[in-house]
Amino acid sequence: MLAETAACAFYQAALLSRFMSEIALDKIRFPHSHLLGIEGLSPDVISLLLDRAESYVEHNRQADKNLSVLSGRTIINLFYEDSTRTRTSFELAGKKLGGNVINMSVATSSVKKGETLIDTAMTLNAMHPDVLVVRHNDSGAVKLLSEKVNCAVINAGDGRHEHPTQALLDALTIRRRKGKISGLRVAICGDIAHSRVARSNIHLLNTMGAEVRLIAPKTLIPSGIKGLGVEVFNDMNTGLKGCDIVMMLRLQTERMGGGFFPSVREYFHFFGLDYEKLANAKEDALIMHPGPMNRGVEIASEVADDLGRSAIREQVEMGVAVRMACLELLSANLDKGERS
Amino acid sequence: MSRIAYINARLLDPASGLDAPGALLSEGEMISDFGPHLFSDGVPENIATIDCQGHCLMPGLVDIRVQLREPGEEYKGTLESAGRAATAGGVTSMVCLPNTNPVIDDMSVLEFVARRARKLGLAKVYPYGAVTKGLKGEELAEIGLLSESGALAFTDGIKPVSDAQIMRRALSYASNFGQMIIQHAEEPSLASGGVMNAGETATRLGLGGIPREAEIIMVERDIRLAEMSGGRLHFAHLSTAEAIDAVRKAKTRGLNISCDTAPPYFALSEIAVGDYRTFAKLSPPLRAEDDRLAVIEGLKDGAIDAIASDHAPHDEESKRLPFAQAAFGGVGLETLLPVTLELFHNGHMDLLAALALITSAPADLVGLKAGRLEKGAAADLTLVDLSRGWKIDADKMHSISKNSPFDGHLVQGLALKTIVDGRTVFELDG
Repeated sequence: MLAETAACAFYQAALLSRFMSEIALDKIRFPHSHLLGIEGLSPDVISLLLDRAESYVEHNRQADKNLSVLSGRTIINLFYEDSTRTRTSFELAGKKLGGNVINMSVATSSVKKGETLIDTAMTLNAMHPDVLVVRHNDSGAVKLLSEKVNCAVINAGDGRHEHPTQALLDALTIRRRKGKISGLRVAICGDIAHSRVARSNIHLLNTMGAEVRLIAPKTLIPSGIKGLGVEVFNDMNTGLKGCDIVMMLRLQTERMGGGFFPSVREYFHFFGLDYEKLANAKEDALIMHPGPMNRGVEIASEVADDLGRSAIREQVEMGVAVRMACLELLSANLDKGERS
Repeated sequence: MSRIAYINARLLDPASGLDAPGALLSEGEMISDFGPHLFSDGVPENIATIDCQGHCLMPGLVDIRVQLREPGEEYKGTLESAGRAATAGGVTSMVCLPNTNPVIDDMSVLEFVARRARKLGLAKVYPYGAVTKGLKGEELAEIGLLSESGALAFTDGIKPVSDAQIMRRALSYASNFGQMIIQHAEEPSLASGGVMNAGETATRLGLGGIPREAEIIMVERDIRLAEMSGGRLHFAHLSTAEAIDAVRKAKTRGLNISCDTAPPYFALSEIAVGDYRTFAKLSPPLRAEDDRLAVIEGLKDGAIDAIASDHAPHDEESKRLPFAQAAFGGVGLETLLPVTLELFHNGHMDLLAALALITSAPADLVGLKAGRLEKGAAADLTLVDLSRGWKIDADKMHSISKNSPFDGHLVQGLALKTIVDGRTVFELDG
């Protein structure tokens, strides 16, 4: 107890320090060896990650950005799905902390030649990386891979399951704009069925005490989702009433077999975010989108570009800070014990 | 002719209701006598004796749903490995699905499988014939000729006959030959993209769901088609309350419709999928607790006629994959007996009623003269220690593939010895 309080006080003090690389992390540990999802993380752990990320936001705005926290560490980005922002964001985060970052994209690797996920894991593992950042199109694939390697694994999105760093960067954005997460009413709108971002956000927002609403046509609401602790709406005007945060999701047409809705025109008419629908939310409601956006499909251009209300660009900025915190905290755990 | 006396046995015959201490005599391949008083004055000197030490001597199990991987996928399982797994599990007769490669939609393949199995002399193998050529669901296979060559019934195996018109004609045509159609009831368009039971767990894991209605709809549809065509219809491995209820109601209406289930559906639920455990990826998928209880209810009240293992061997490469990519199915020959005995040990059914579901009842469904103690019948027996507790260990299984959804489960009841045609083909070490 005493140690905890001391650690906490120490940490608070440390936050004020401009010399990030000097901070000793031995007393504030991330209590897991991997970051596979938000489900199961305690509020304290989420706050720890957010606080740590917060400290990097200011730092990243400085001219001298390079630290040596991860010096000597190797981070491999293994992306089975195309990604621009997440992969770049992880790459930047790793490099800013002084780590060696290697990008492996599936198009150029042996995966194309038929190598199984586990064989790839074993091969990479033999190169002794410190952190593997993995994105895969199958739910659970990142967990499967994490069971076969000795390094820390960060889930950069697995199928429709989880995308924890996206939820964390969303939370950081919300916390900075609203000063808190607890007690806020958050609407997550659109393609819930195919969205890992929605699932991670539901877990995070619930854990942190927000009220979560889902708004989508019934065909895009997966069965049993209420069990995750959300209220479901099938109409934007009702669902957005009194919301502090409006999170739009990208329509993932690439994951759809067809037949979830008749046309983009009809979808936008009923579920696309425009000023008219937004008027139902609170006046200072914040608009978010994980990107990449389909303008005129789930969100009107003028809403997306409304600098006063849209936090979409800020989300991208927070992404780097959050990933720095994740890489740092997971790597810090690696020093415990020897790895074979 | 070799004569063997099995003495000090607890004789169990679910078909006749016999449960008494006694002895059994086999002569050559046949049971020549059995009963409480046999050898009460001692065994004559010229007869070999096996002392059962008070354990249960019962008819060998009859498993009416087994996938063999020979011919075609011998790396997953062979007739021999299936035969060894079967006898280790007390199974002496098994009926195999036609989804081998080549498919059993032709007399030559059917005869190949039957001949190979006979040569091995392990558990007896009886094939089902394919309903449609190549299991494609388009044209009827040669049901009459296959029937003449010994196909016990007809099924497209792990695929449903989904076209209603084909199903109607199959039921109708097969009834010319007194043959039954066995359906894997799952409406493919509803199940498409699904890898586990639809619902909260699937949503939480981000996995595509197979709704319960996929099974219910096909069962309800096929009951209508059977009624319309006058065909004989059987549903394999039912897993949902409403589908079982539809069969229950069809039976009370006097229709000749039957169904079976498999141990996972009364002993496990979707919780077993846990964190993407691919060994729990089955077809139909493991359902929620309510359905599991409904399956037990169906077994108790007779809505479900039999239990089959649904043995589906897969090698590691087919299972060590992300959940969505992994193959459906689990091995079951070696766990059919102990998991079925859970129904007895947990107080759901009395012993003979539970054992009937894996002996005489399935034999009767497919018209096999097996699964009962009868003078003049083949001496296909198993000696079972009913109360011995053990832990299912997939690594110790006889099957080449070890993909058991029951790995690590604690069970009670174990085959000690299995006898086929009067020969001991399996004996438990230690």
